[in-house]
Amino acid sequence: MSDDVMAEIHRDYLFNLILKGERDDGRAFDEFRDITIETGVAGMAEGSALVTLGDTQILVGIKIQPGEPFPDTPDVGVIITNTELIPMASPDYEAGPPRETAIEIARVVDRGIRESKAIDLEKLCMVKGEKVWIIFIDIHVLNNGGNIIDAASIGSIAALLSTTLPAERYGLGEDSPLPVRDIPVAVTAIEFGGELLLDPSLEEGKLAGTVYTVITNSDGSISGMQKSGAEPLTIDQVMRVVEMAGTAAAKIREKFLEV
Amino acid sequence: MSEKPEHFIVDGKRLDGRSVDELRPIKIELSPLDRADGSCYLEWGRNKIMAAVYGPRELHPRHRQNMTKAVVQYRYNMAAFSVDDRIRPGHSRRSIEISKVGRDAFEYVVFTKFFPKTAVDIFIEVLQADAGTRTAGINAASLALADAGIPMRGLVSACAVGKVDGEIVLDLMKEEDNFGEADVPIAMTAGGKITHLQMDGNLTKEEFYEALKLAKIGCDKVYKLQRQALIEKYNGEYAENGEDAMPQARIGDADE
Repeated sequence: MSDDVMAEIHRDYLFNLILKGERDDGRAFDEFRDITIETGVAGMAEGSALVTLGDTQILVGIKIQPGEPFPDTPDVGVIITNTELIPMASPDYEAGPPRETAIEIARVVDRGIRESKAIDLEKLCMVKGEKVWIIFIDIHVLNNGGNIIDAASIGSIAALLSTTLPAERYGLGEDSPLPVRDIPVAVTAIEFGGELLLDPSLEEGKLAGTVYTVITNSDGSISGMQKSGAEPLTIDQVMRVVEMAGTAAAKIREKFLEV
Repeated sequence: MSEKPEHFIVDGKRLDGRSVDELRPIKIELSPLDRADGSCYLEWGRNKIMAAVYGPRELHPRHRQNMTKAVVQYRYNMAAFSVDDRIRPGHSRRSIEISKVGRDAFEYVVFTKFFPKTAVDIFIEVLQADAGTRTAGINAASLALADAGIPMRGLVSACAVGKVDGEIVLDLMKEEDNFGEADVPIAMTAGGKITHLQMDGNLTKEEFYEALKLAKIGCDKVYKLQRQALIEKYNGEYAENGEDAMPQARIGDADE
């Protein structure tokens, strides 16, 4: 609640800045905060990445184990994505099972990775209908500094790129790198004061009525979108965000994720 | 699950004989439920959806009340028997997400500021599912809100667009949804303000733009049907009560 009151007081200030073409932290409207990625930070995981996006810190861990495929897709591996908004990460979070926000974040990140076909799931089938690899993507938010979705998306694909299939542990042959063939990147925008801003900070995100996420692949195609929040968007705004997101995602991919 | 068809579009016709920009048949029945303040039964192709609205009514627990506006609550639920394999009753991660974005789709149009400390409860039950239940639910909810007399900026109309056989098509049916290349559910006001937008699958920017334009056409068609249903029900009733018939232009039109 106190956070909300602060946000209300801040609204005019940020609004006036935007009219002048500025943001609180000096960024351009289409500029991301600083990003750092460190992989291999969780030694017991098959792959992991610690991502910082401005003040936001997220640790993504990948665990892989053999298991049964879903009956309607017997010949492909399984992806299960989960987000934990642990109480450590924000005074607003409470312990307990994932709620609406956490579920939405997990499902949007999952959508990007699944629909881009970034993981070659056919290669993860061992015995059709009986045995496939199951990939668990667990997104652990350590510090909520805003725009969790983009940080979680970057962290997830970075972690997957560093992941090893643990075949030896289960007596199923030799370890090998996880077959990853695309790099989907989520870019989130808000509409505020008639302008579109990428990578909203915690404060900007709280003021915005709506956040809009676009997930873009290496070839520029789109593999996921989510509008979340009460304020509407126009067709024109949607198309502008799609353009901005494609450009921003390409920069992030080139700088941090391509080897 | 059924097998993937070899072709989705043959000679410009889809599996069920529709053209690429054609909606499945929609049937609307207003106020089928007696206890709810407003309700709507909607059939869309083989989808069967019941929507009910209660409120504005006191919101419990009280700490969830908002002193400045009504809280819109939206519950999307699928009946256990609504799909091929029985689904376990109760919330799933999917239904929680759909409920959240469903609420988002209506918070803008409902004049929540008129009713502080209250809740406007929207309940969606999917009785029979055949692709596009979230958009069908939004359309039914929109009418149930109007039926309940909740003040709104205007109706919300929704439809999905997608891609099959490399073509952008309106209103995916089950096979197209399961095996198609993309699915984009969209809801908007009559004035074209987008209140709901999701996408999965794979589209180029150009294809997405085409999809948006087609969605606008689809939502306009849905809007006309929704508006017609309200006029048919309420024009008659007003006239019977000896009141002036509601001017047609006012029903569901005000968007700004």
